[in-house]
Amino acid sequence: MAFASDAPKDAFRLSMLIYDTRYRSITIQVIVLFLVLLFLSWLVNNTIINLEAKDRTFDFGFLFNRAGYDINQTLIPYTNDSTHLRAATIGLLNTLLSALVGCTIATVLGVVIGVLRLSKNWLVSRLMTLYVEMFRNVPVLLWILLAATILSETMPEPKDFKVTQAMVDSGADPAASNILFGTVAITNRSSLIPAPLLERPLGGMEIASIPVNFSLLAVLAVFAASIYAHARFLRRVKAVQEETGIRPVTWWKSLAILFVPVIALLLAMGFHLELPGFPTDANGVSKGFNFKGGIEVLHSFTALTTALALYTAAFIAEIVRSGIMAISRGQSEAAAALGLRPGRTMTLVILPQALRVIVPPLISQYLNLTKNTSLAIAVSYMDLRGTLGGITLNQTGKELECMLLMMAIYLVISLIISSLMNVFNRAVKLKER
Amino acid sequence: MADDLIFVRTEMLPPRDPPVAQAGAVRWLRENRFSGPLNTILTLLGLLATAWLLLHLVPWLMHSVWNANSLTECRQIIAATWGEGASGACWAVVRERWPQYVFGFYPQDFALIARLSFADQYAAAGGYEGVFGAAVNGTVREAFIADLRANAGAFDLYVLGYWRPILAFVLMFGALAPVLFTALPRKMIWFSLLYPALAFWLLWGGTVWTPVVALMGFGVMAVVFSLLKDRLGVPVSAGLGLVAATLWWLFAQAPVTGALQSALPFGLESVDSDRFGGFLLSIVIGVTAISASLPMGILLALGRRSDMLLVRTLSVGFIEFIRGVPLITLLFTASLLLQYFLPPGNNFDIILRVIILVTFFAAAYIAEVIRGGLAALPRGQYEAADALGLDYWQAQRLIIMPQALKISIPGIVSSFIGLFKDTTLVAFVGLMDPLKGITGVVRADIDWKGIYWEPYIFAGALFFLICFGMSRYSMWLERRLKTDHR
Repeated sequence: MAFASDAPKDAFRLSMLIYDTRYRSITIQVIVLFLVLLFLSWLVNNTIINLEAKDRTFDFGFLFNRAGYDINQTLIPYTNDSTHLRAATIGLLNTLLSALVGCTIATVLGVVIGVLRLSKNWLVSRLMTLYVEMFRNVPVLLWILLAATILSETMPEPKDFKVTQAMVDSGADPAASNILFGTVAITNRSSLIPAPLLERPLGGMEIASIPVNFSLLAVLAVFAASIYAHARFLRRVKAVQEETGIRPVTWWKSLAILFVPVIALLLAMGFHLELPGFPTDANGVSKGFNFKGGIEVLHSFTALTTALALYTAAFIAEIVRSGIMAISRGQSEAAAALGLRPGRTMTLVILPQALRVIVPPLISQYLNLTKNTSLAIAVSYMDLRGTLGGITLNQTGKELECMLLMMAIYLVISLIISSLMNVFNRAVKLKER
Repeated sequence: MADDLIFVRTEMLPPRDPPVAQAGAVRWLRENRFSGPLNTILTLLGLLATAWLLLHLVPWLMHSVWNANSLTECRQIIAATWGEGASGACWAVVRERWPQYVFGFYPQDFALIARLSFADQYAAAGGYEGVFGAAVNGTVREAFIADLRANAGAFDLYVLGYWRPILAFVLMFGALAPVLFTALPRKMIWFSLLYPALAFWLLWGGTVWTPVVALMGFGVMAVVFSLLKDRLGVPVSAGLGLVAATLWWLFAQAPVTGALQSALPFGLESVDSDRFGGFLLSIVIGVTAISASLPMGILLALGRRSDMLLVRTLSVGFIEFIRGVPLITLLFTASLLLQYFLPPGNNFDIILRVIILVTFFAAAYIAEVIRGGLAALPRGQYEAADALGLDYWQAQRLIIMPQALKISIPGIVSSFIGLFKDTTLVAFVGLMDPLKGITGVVRADIDWKGIYWEPYIFAGALFFLICFGMSRYSMWLERRLKTDHR
C-alpha cells in the first residue's frame, strides 16, 4: 500500500529508518532477514550438535545400500537385494498408483453424486445429501479402517471358493463364488482380478533396470495414433459442415477410428483374460489351497484407495453442485431462448462456465487425496511413507535424511499438481479488458 | 343485448378438483419420482439401496445388547434372546468404555468424590493423608477407590470425578461467547484472554503459579510498551516489550514460580500428558491449534500480500511448504525430528510438540482462506482507508480485517472441521486419539477382543455430531452476519 508523503526537506536522519515510510520497509526487511538467518543458523547449529552427540552423520549414501526387506506390492521389479533408493521408488509408485486410482473413482462418483444431488427426484437427492454429509463429517481414517475391516472380516475365506467332490456329486455350489460374471474374486486375504495375457507378445527389454513392455507401448502408440486420426477426422467434418451446413453422421465412424485399430492389434497379439480360480481336475473338483491366475490386489491397497475415493467424492460432489449452481439461471434461459436443446445447453453454455468454478477446487481435492494416501500407515500399505519413511528409516536410523527426502518428494508432487492448476486457471481466466 | 341471451351465469362456478393423477401425493410422486424413464430408474435404485441398508442395519440394531461384561457374554445374550445365528450390536462396550473415549486415561478425582459424597467413610479412613497421602500403602488406596467405584453414583463418578476437564470445557464456551456474540459486554474479552492459562492449569494441574507467572510476562510486555510508547513510538516499544517478555519467560519464570509456590503453595494434582486421550485430546489439540493459528494465519496472509519482497517470499514459502506435505509427515517431524532441531536435552512434552506442528499446519490453511477474504474485498475499501489517512495497521484493524474475516468465516470453520477430523492422525505418533488409539486399547482387552463395528460407529457418530453441528452453526453465522441486501 503506498502512502503519499511530502518530499523530505531536511537531510537524512537515522530516525527516518523507522518513521519515514519510504525507508521503513527496508528497515523491516533487514530486521526480518537478520532474524530469519539467526533462527536458521540456530536450527542448523542445534542439528549439528545433536548429530554429533548421537554420533551420526548427515549423508544420503545409505540410499545405495542394500534394503534387505520385502515389499508386498511392487510395480517395477524389486527384491530385498535392491537398494533403499529402489525401495523408495517402489513406495512412490505405490503412492502414485493409489492417488491415481483414487482420483479417478472420486471424480466419477463425485460428479454423479453432485449432479444427482441437484436432481428434482426427492428420494435420490436426499440419499445423496445423506452420503455427502455422512462422508465428509467423519474422519477419513475411520473410513479407511472401516473399509479394511469390512474386507478382512466379512469376505469369504479362499477355501469357501473350493468345489469338493461332495459338491460335484450333489450338484451344490461352493459357499462363495466370483462376482462380476466370475471375473473378480474377493477373499478375506486379497482381491483377485483377471490378468490380461498375450499369446504372441512383442517382447520387451530393460532400460536402467526398469522393464519396458513393447506390447504395451505398441497398444499405446496405436491408440495415440487413433486419437490423432480422430481429431483430423473431426476437423474435416467441421469443414464440411461449415461449407454445406449439413454435419455428416459421425458417431460410428468415430468409434471405428478410435477403437478398431487397437482391437485389431490386441487380437493379432492373442489377447485373452486369465480368470482367477482354483485349478480343477477332470471332474471339476478344486485342487490346491489357493487361487491360481489373475492379479492379486492387496486389501491394504483396496481399502485405502476405496476409502479415500469415497471420502473425496463427497467433497467433489459439493464442488460440482456449487459450480453448477453458480451459473445464473439467465444463462440457461438465454440458451433456451436461442433454441438450444437441453443437452447442448449443458455442453455449450453451462459446463464451460461451471468448469471455471469447478476445476481449481477439484484439483486441490486431488492434492488432498494424494497427500492423504500417506494414511496408508493405518492399513500397512507400502507407500512412500511405508518404505522410505517407515522401514528404511527404522533400519538405517537416518531419521533426518529420510524425513527431509520424503517431505521433499511430497512437496514436488504437490507443486506439480498446483502448477497444473495455475496453467488451467490462466487458460480459462475471464479476459477482462 | 342482454335480453337476447337466454342464460347468463352471474356467479362463478366452484373450481373443479384436479384429476387424480394431477393432485396430492400422486402428482408429487409423478413429478418428483417418476417423471421420466431415467428418474424412475433412479427412484427404484434409491428404494433398493434404502431397503438393502435397512434390511441389514435394522435387525442388527434391533438386537442391541447394552448390559454385558464381555463380547462373549454379549453373543450369548444375543443367541439366547433372538436365537442362534442372529447378529446384533454389542453396545455394552460403549457403556463400559465411554469414559475412555471421552477422557482417555485422565485420572478421576477420587479425593473430591470421597470428600463430597462419602465424607464419613473418608474421615474414618483417615482423610486425604490416610488414603491418598504419599506414605499410604498402594493396596489400601486401591481398595478404597474400588469401594468408591462400586458405591458412587454416575454423577459422582463422571461429573465430580472429571470436574477438571468438564469445567475447562464449559468455561471454553464462556471464553468463546464474547468473540462470537458482539452483543455481550466487551469486558468479557478479558476472560477470553485469561482462559488459555486457566484451561492449561485445570487440565495439566500443577502449581497455579506457573500460568500466573507466564501471564505476568504479558503484563511486563504491556508495562514496557505503555512506558516507552510516547517516547519511542509504537513499533519500537512493541518490539522492546516483546523482548522484555521473552526475557521474563526465559529467566524469571522458573525462580519467580518457585518462590511464589514456596510462599503460597496452591495447586492441583498434576496430570501427565500421556494420560490425555479420546475426545479430550482431540478437543485440546484442535481448539488450541485453531485459536493459535488464527493470528498466525492473519499475519501470514498479510505477509503474502505485502509489498516487501522478503516478507512475501518467506510467507509464500512457509504456506506452500506446509500445504505441500501431508499432515502425517509433520506429526512425524514433531515426534522424530524436533529432537534434532532443538538444543540438546530439550525434549519437551509430545502433546505440546504436536500442537505446535498442527498449529503451523492450520495456520497455512487459514492464511489461504483469509487471503481469499482479502482478495474478495473491493479495492475501494483499501483506497477509502488510505483516503481517511489511516496507517497500515489502523486500516487493517478498522476497515479491512472486520470485512475480510467475515467473508472468511465459512472457510475458517471448514478448516477447523478438517483440523478436528485430522486430530485422529495423532494416533500414529503414539497418542490416544478417539478413533484408533482408544479403540486399539479397548480391543487389546481380552473381554472385548474381536469387537469391530461398535467402537468405530460410536466414535464416528460423535465426530459426525460435532462436525455437522459446527458446519450448520457456521452457515447460520454466515447468514446472520450477511449485511448486503440481495
